Amino acid sequence: MDTKVLWIGFTDGSGMLEKPALEALTAACTIADGLGGELVAAVVGGSAETALGQIGGASPASVTTVTGETWSAPRYKTDAAACEQVAKTTEAGIVVSAAGSRFSRIAAGLAQRLGGAVDTQVTAAKVEGGTLKVDRWFYRQRMIGTIQRSTRPWVLSVAPGSFAPCAEGAVEATPLEVATESRTTPLGVEAGTSGAQTIRPDADVLLVAGAGWTKKQADGEVHVDVAADLILDFAESARASLGSSKSMVDLASEGQAVLPFLTHLHQIGQTGASPRHPKGLATCCHGEEPHAVGWRFINERRAINTNAACGWAQGKADVLYVADAFEVMRKVNERLK
Amino acid sequence: MPTTYQIVVCGGIVPDPLQSLEPVMGPTGPALKNEMMLPSVLDPWAWHALFEAADLAKRHPGSKVWLVSMSPKAKLQQVMMGLAQKVPFELVVVDGPASGFADAVETAAALAGAIEGIPDLDRSKLLLFGGWQSASRGTGAVLQMIGEILGIDEQFQGVDKLTVDDSGGLEILERIEAGAWQKSRCAGAPAVLGWATGELPEPPNNPQIGMQNMRGIMPALQQAKPAALSGEGLSYDSVESPKQRRETRVETEMDADAIADEIAAWLKG
Ligand SMILES: Cc1cc2nc3c(=O)[nH]c(=O)nc-3n(C[C@H](O)[C@H](O)[C@H](O)COP(=O)(O)OP(=O)(O)OC[C@H]3O[C@@H](n4cnc5c(N)ncnc54)[C@H](O)[C@@H]3O)c2cc1C
Repeated sequence: MDTKVLWIGFTDGSGMLEKPALEALTAACTIADGLGGELVAAVVGGSAETALGQIGGASPASVTTVTGETWSAPRYKTDAAACEQVAKTTEAGIVVSAAGSRFSRIAAGLAQRLGGAVDTQVTAAKVEGGTLKVDRWFYRQRMIGTIQRSTRPWVLSVAPGSFAPCAEGAVEATPLEVATESRTTPLGVEAGTSGAQTIRPDADVLLVAGAGWTKKQADGEVHVDVAADLILDFAESARASLGSSKSMVDLASEGQAVLPFLTHLHQIGQTGASPRHPKGLATCCHGEEPHAVGWRFINERRAINTNAACGWAQGKADVLYVADAFEVMRKVNERLK
Repeated sequence: MPTTYQIVVCGGIVPDPLQSLEPVMGPTGPALKNEMMLPSVLDPWAWHALFEAADLAKRHPGSKVWLVSMSPKAKLQQVMMGLAQKVPFELVVVDGPASGFADAVETAAALAGAIEGIPDLDRSKLLLFGGWQSASRGTGAVLQMIGEILGIDEQFQGVDKLTVDDSGGLEILERIEAGAWQKSRCAGAPAVLGWATGELPEPPNNPQIGMQNMRGIMPALQQAKPAALSGEGLSYDSVESPKQRRETRVETEMDADAIADEIAAWLKG
C-alpha cells in the first residue's frame, strides 16, 4: 500500500519517546495527510506503556508494539528484525523514524530487507500533486536537494529539529511477537569524556574552541590552563554545548598541549558533527570551510579571532570581533555570573 | 592459534574538503560543476577505516586487507599515488561514479558484487569496514546494504574503537547521542563496522609499502569492471547551494569590555 505510512519510535531506558521521535511522528502525519493515506505506528523498546501515552495526538489508525528485554538496548540484528516484521505486517509504503543513532544504524539495512530505498537525515517533506518530495543535504551540508522516488517501500529518517513534536495523547496497541537472536551483547553506555558532560544537544548556544587556545600568545607563552578554565567556566554559566575544531582535537594524537575535555566527539565540521543550536560563538578558530560546514544548522553566528582576515570574516559569521579571546571571554564570564 | 581476519574496506573518493562545491543540473540529473577537475581524496571516514583495518591486520598476523572502491578509475589512480604509501592493502576497483547523487542501493549492489568476486575470500573471517557516512551522499547507507547482501547481520555504525579479546570476541564502541558511546560485544566475525574517527593518527609515508601496493594497484585499475548505475526510481527536483554569505560585521576597534557587553546581551537576548 503505497500511501500507508508507518512511523517507528524507539523508547529510551525509562520507556519514553524522546523529542526527535515525536518530531518524526509529525513528519509521518504530514506525509500521510498529504498523500490522503493512512498513518500506522509502532513502538519498539524495553517497554512501551509510557510511550503509548505520548503519541495519541497523531491519531494513528493502528499501533503495534515490540517490547521486551531484547529491545531494551540498541542492537542491529534485533532492531532490524523488529522493524522488518512490523513493516511487512503493516505493508507500509513509507517508513519514517527519527535519524537518531538507533534508527540510523538500521535504516538502510531495513530498506534492503524490504527491497526498497532509503533517504536519511530528511529535513522537510511535502506532497505536491499527490507526489511525496523530501529535502536532504548533500556533500556534508554544502547543498540541499529535493528528491522524489517511485521505489516503495521508501524508508526515511528525519533529522532532529526539522519538525515540531507531535501533540500527546493516549492510544491502544497490539503487541507483535518477533523471534530473533544475535551474537552481539549490548554492554551499556560509556561517557565520551571524563568529568562533566559538555555536549548538550538542547543547549541554546554552541561554544567552539579552536586550536588558537593552545598556541603561543602575545607574551610568547602558552596558557592552556587559563584557556581550560575560561572555556569550562563559559560552558557552565551559559549552559553551552562545547564544540571544537579538528586541529584542536588532533593535537592530542600529535602529543602537543591540549585541553583534555575536548575529544573527537566534540569536533564540528566535515569529519565531525553538524549540531543544531540557535546561537554559536567561535573562539580561537579560523573558520576554514571544512570546519564551517558543521555550522550549517547554527542560526546566529559570532566569532572572536585576533585575525581580521580569518574565515569568519568571509561571510561565515554575522559578527567577527577582532580581539584576544582570552581577554574577552574572561569578561564575558564575569557578566554571565 | 590467534584469530585472523579478512578485512574488506569500502571507500569511495570525494572532492578535497577544502574545495568549494557548486551543483549543476545536467540531462541525467545533478552533478558538481567541473567535477572531473576537482582534486579528490579518499572519503575521510573510510580513510580512518583503512588505517584501523591495517592496524588490526598487523596485530593479527595472517590477516589481509582489501580496499574496494567504486570510483572513476582515472581519478582513483591519482588518489592511490598518495594512499599507497600509507598501509598495505590489495585494491579492487569498480569503475563507476563517485557522485553524491548516485543511489545507495545501486552503489551497494555494485560493491557487493565486487566483494563476492574476490577469489578465496573466507566469509567466516570477514570484517566489512568503511566510513559510517560518506562526505558525498552522506546517507550512511551503503555499508549496511552490502552487509545485508552478503548476509552479515551483526552491524555497528559510528565506531571509534574495536578491541579483540583472547577468544576472538569484538568489543566495540559506537557513537550515540550527546557525546557518548554504546559499548557492545560481538562474538566474532563476520561483522560490519562503519567507522567514525577511530583512534589512530595518519601513518607516515612508507615508500616500500608504496612500491609493494603499486604492483597490485595498476593491474586492479586496468581490470576494473565498469558499473553503469541506472538511477531508476530516483529523481531530483532541484539541488542548490543555500545563500552562504552572511553580511559579516567585522569589529576591529571595539575594546574588550564593549565586546563582552555585546556578547553577554546577545546570549541573554
Ligand atoms: C579531509 C579533511 C577533513 C577536515 N575536517 C575538519 C572538521 O571536521 N572540522 C574542523 O574543524 N576542521 C576540519 N579540517 C581541518 C580544517 O581545514 C582546518 O585545518 C581546521 O579547522 C583549523 O582549526 P583551527 O581553526 O582551530 O586552527 P588554526 O587554523 O590553527 O587557527 C587558530 C586560530 O586561532 C586564532 N587565535 C590564536 N590566538 C587567539 C586569541 N588569543 N584570540 C583569538 N583568536 C586567536 C588564530 O588567529 C587562528 O585563526 C579538515 C581538513 C581536511 C583536509
